[in-house]
Amino acid sequence: MEQPSSHLRIKRSDAVSIVEFADRKILEELSIQEIGEELHQVVESEPGIKLLLNFKNVDHLSSAALGMLITLNKKVKEQSGQLKLCDINRQIYEVFKITRLNRVFDIHETAEQALSHFQSS
Amino acid sequence: MQIPEEFGVRESDLVEMVIPTDLKSAKESEARIMGELARHHYSDDVTFAIKLALEEALTNAIKHGNRNDASKRLVVRYAVNPQQTVIMVRDEGPGFRPRKVPDPTADENLERPNGRGIMLMHAYMTRVRFNEAGNEVWMLKKNRETPLPSPPRQ
Repeated sequence: MEQPSSHLRIKRSDAVSIVEFADRKILEELSIQEIGEELHQVVESEPGIKLLLNFKNVDHLSSAALGMLITLNKKVKEQSGQLKLCDINRQIYEVFKITRLNRVFDIHETAEQALSHFQSS
Repeated sequence: MQIPEEFGVRESDLVEMVIPTDLKSAKESEARIMGELARHHYSDDVTFAIKLALEEALTNAIKHGNRNDASKRLVVRYAVNPQQTVIMVRDEGPGFRPRKVPDPTADENLERPNGRGIMLMHAYMTRVRFNEAGNEVWMLKKNRETPLPSPPRQ
């Protein structure tokens, strides 16, 4: 089932919530804040959530977006959930590498790979 | 601050924009510079790098420099040619000490949500220079990756 919202498209695959970004650029301060709030609501609504963020539509980002993802990751962990990222293009992945955030986030090449790595609760 | 000598541009090369402190105006100034990069056929990777660094500089100037104060202005100056791009962003804030910003890639700082903008500017640009006060930044990007004509196929 797809729930339309302004910045996110959320789908369900078994126990995993898969989020795709509607914006190609997760970058403007305002939309980052709004995306962050929407994602927090998703996480809060389901303790122990298995959340997959699919970056296939994203071709640009900023340090503010990275900050939002870090805060989200902490929130997911606090709620005993799991967060994974997938389908990050080469240029964006480079940003994760340069900032060493590829060590903080569990990043997979494809959605299928990421889905197969969620641990059953 | 004078133009950093090693950036190799003269006053007369620079286009200046004075813009209000808001993201919409910042995006418009960014679009003008991006248009210049496209006009000079900059590669995707170099364009990505300049866009990222410019957005970090503009966001810093708006948020931390002018603290979203609509009565303050930003000055953006740029010079784009096929060999390189120079961009300056100045705000009216009190400035800061870039060297005092903790290294965001240190293990103990990896999970801090802030403090990556300056580091990304340095990582993606060829040179980044702040003035003494810290409210003016000059960035240089060499366009090394200008695509060369493909060799004829054998």
